[in-house]
Amino acid sequence: MLSKHGIFERHTWLLSIGILIVVAIGGLVEIIPLFYIKSTIEKVEGMRPYTPLELTGRDIYIREGCYVCHSQMIRSLRDEVERYGHYSLAAESMYDHPFQWGSKRTGPDLARVGGKYSNSWHLAHMTNPRSVVPESIMPGYPWLAERKLDPEEMAEKLKTLAIVGVPYTDEMIANAAADLEAQSNPEADGVEAVATRYPKAVVGDFDGKPGEVTELDAMIAYLQMLGTLVDFTKFDAAGPNLR
Amino acid sequence: MAAIEKRQEMSAFSDALAVLGAALGTILGLYLVAFSPDPVMKFHGALLGGTSVLGALYVLTQLTGHDTAAREFYHDGPIKFAAVAAVFWGIAGFLVGDIIAWQMAFPWLNFDLPWTSFGRLRPLHTSAVIFAFGGNALIATSFYVVQRTCKARLFGRWSPWFVVIGYNLFIVIAGTGYILGVTQSKEYAEPEWYADLWLTVVWVAYLVVFAGTLMKRKEPHIYVANWFYLAFILTIAMLHIDNNLAVPVSFAGTKSYILFSGVQDAMTQWWYGHNAVGFFLTAGFLGMMYYFIPKRAERPVYSYRLSIVHFWSLIFLYIWAGPHHLHYTALPDWAQTLGATFSIMLWMPSWGGMINGLMTLSGAWDKLRTDPVIRMMVVSVAFYGMSTFEGPLMSLKAVNSLSHYTDWTIGHVHSGALGWVGMISFGALYCLFPWLWKRRGLYSMRLVEWHFWLSTIGILLYITAMWVSGILQGLMWRAYDELGFLKYSFVETVDAMHIPYIIRAGGGLLFVIGALIMAYNLWRTVRSEESVDAENQPLVAAAPALRSTFAAAE
Repeated sequence: MLSKHGIFERHTWLLSIGILIVVAIGGLVEIIPLFYIKSTIEKVEGMRPYTPLELTGRDIYIREGCYVCHSQMIRSLRDEVERYGHYSLAAESMYDHPFQWGSKRTGPDLARVGGKYSNSWHLAHMTNPRSVVPESIMPGYPWLAERKLDPEEMAEKLKTLAIVGVPYTDEMIANAAADLEAQSNPEADGVEAVATRYPKAVVGDFDGKPGEVTELDAMIAYLQMLGTLVDFTKFDAAGPNLR
Repeated sequence: MAAIEKRQEMSAFSDALAVLGAALGTILGLYLVAFSPDPVMKFHGALLGGTSVLGALYVLTQLTGHDTAAREFYHDGPIKFAAVAAVFWGIAGFLVGDIIAWQMAFPWLNFDLPWTSFGRLRPLHTSAVIFAFGGNALIATSFYVVQRTCKARLFGRWSPWFVVIGYNLFIVIAGTGYILGVTQSKEYAEPEWYADLWLTVVWVAYLVVFAGTLMKRKEPHIYVANWFYLAFILTIAMLHIDNNLAVPVSFAGTKSYILFSGVQDAMTQWWYGHNAVGFFLTAGFLGMMYYFIPKRAERPVYSYRLSIVHFWSLIFLYIWAGPHHLHYTALPDWAQTLGATFSIMLWMPSWGGMINGLMTLSGAWDKLRTDPVIRMMVVSVAFYGMSTFEGPLMSLKAVNSLSHYTDWTIGHVHSGALGWVGMISFGALYCLFPWLWKRRGLYSMRLVEWHFWLSTIGILLYITAMWVSGILQGLMWRAYDELGFLKYSFVETVDAMHIPYIIRAGGGLLFVIGALIMAYNLWRTVRSEESVDAENQPLVAAAPALRSTFAAAE
């Protein structure tokens, strides 16, 4: 049979087509069904798109490469569930373009870090991690508090995410800039509107600088919402649409 | 006569096409400089425009060079460029890697500045070693091998130059982007949408040059090394395009959002990520192994049948292995099980390659003692065998539950990357430099010995430190006290890593020093005709055209 192999060795086209067929199969079988099998993403209550401020924080999280040291994926193992909380569901990252599951835990998992620490703890920690955790090897990010956000960029970002399938409504897009500022200012008029459009959104002056919306506001707003959307007291892991 | 005229016409046409392409690049670059609101995009537009202008000027100075009779048969200029680039980027990538290794032991080395923090430098390190060092080594060797094994000149007049210059422009755009905060965060696919598009254009040109050369070959059969290079080029094209599907926020801005989300994006990413290992770092370098080991050892490849069987099974099975990066995650169990199963099966074709490489030394094992270049390549294949055994082991769910998220993975990657990819490339570069620059041999064999031992000891320190820290941390995370509570807080496990991190960074430093010695040795080889220890070098170290002269003289 191996003598027949000569045909691939004499024809560049045949060899190329042979290679392409052979390497296409695995990906087709493993990736395509994930878009069609209904149980892949659980049906849960509470998931919503990121608020403009959270989304900006997420973009900064990506920009600074936080994912190279922090996972956002709690595995279904006893010690992880006890350390970090309920194992992560596929539904919890359904609006994540791209996903941030990570591959390494130089620092702890962040999938459910939201609400575990106060805003002021995060402020101190982001500025100088060793001021609150002496053994930490995380870099400090003092420049985040110095950089102001541009609210005008938000609508375009939301529109782009709507194109790739995140259910941002026209209303959310129209109010993107206003929502960005309102979420970081508890005194603002738009606070209630933010909470209506984005349930469970945490409003606060995260970076301790009233009147300024900085990258640090966004980062802390993002960290404070991670893992808080799904109410696990009402979640049934043996439910009908789960594996 | 007619044939010569036709060839001159074709080459004038190539010149016109090259100038046109460069003009388009210049216009696009200028447009981005003038109209992009994003300073990073302006900078990258300037890089594109500047390179295009220089390229066009160079092509215009060569318009009279259509006398094909006067040129050398093989087109080695682009190969020399890529070979030098591989050495340069190798040192840059290893150095950044060692800097971030020290950052993990001493966090003040991050300097709390955006451009020097670990999160931005780590992608710079991985891209510099995989794509810049590895990629240039692959382009250089594939262009060399395909010409020699096909007895044909590289296809195209300017396209081989476009491939090497365009590829290195991609590297610079990607690398400066990371430092300035432009990334889409998909591991080993961090460059943003516009850099991805540029790479796609370059990669298609690479395929055209490579396959075009295969098609005009004078040999009846395509040599085995070329099967692997072709599989590497084709599969990387498929992976790169699918994993980087994204919608840019604006045409002149750097930011985009990936098309897929959550679990589908994770699966696509690790389908890509594992096969960046499988096809970039394995198939491509196996192509290198299949040429340079037989050539240097002056022995035929051990088994033709084994190469057929392990080639097709390797490329078929590798593609399935991605989900082992996602064990116990929200990826459905069926996909995890498929990933683990195929990873175990992958052990066999991987060792098929190792056996074929090692057994090629049959009857020439004495050369391990006399030729450090051969020794480097053989040790590289041994590391390949070791890490392709460790990989399937780590893909088992039970082992993975301990190893995943820890330094064990980092150690595993580096036994493959430093041991296999690094050492086979060093071996190939030590062969290539005297061959390309027409020298009697390397400047110094003794320096190759130093490089060999420094990198071998460096790698061993690196991977043993990572085994210790990875397994230790994995066990600490799951340790319970007598009352049934988790025994260690997270930061206690970080604190326990301090000594292994110092040892790892020290091992990495030895590896960097070894590479610097290589760069010095290769630079001296290019600069001067003389070797300090020519009598210790085998005849095969000399450029092919010179060997008969030297053999007669000796």
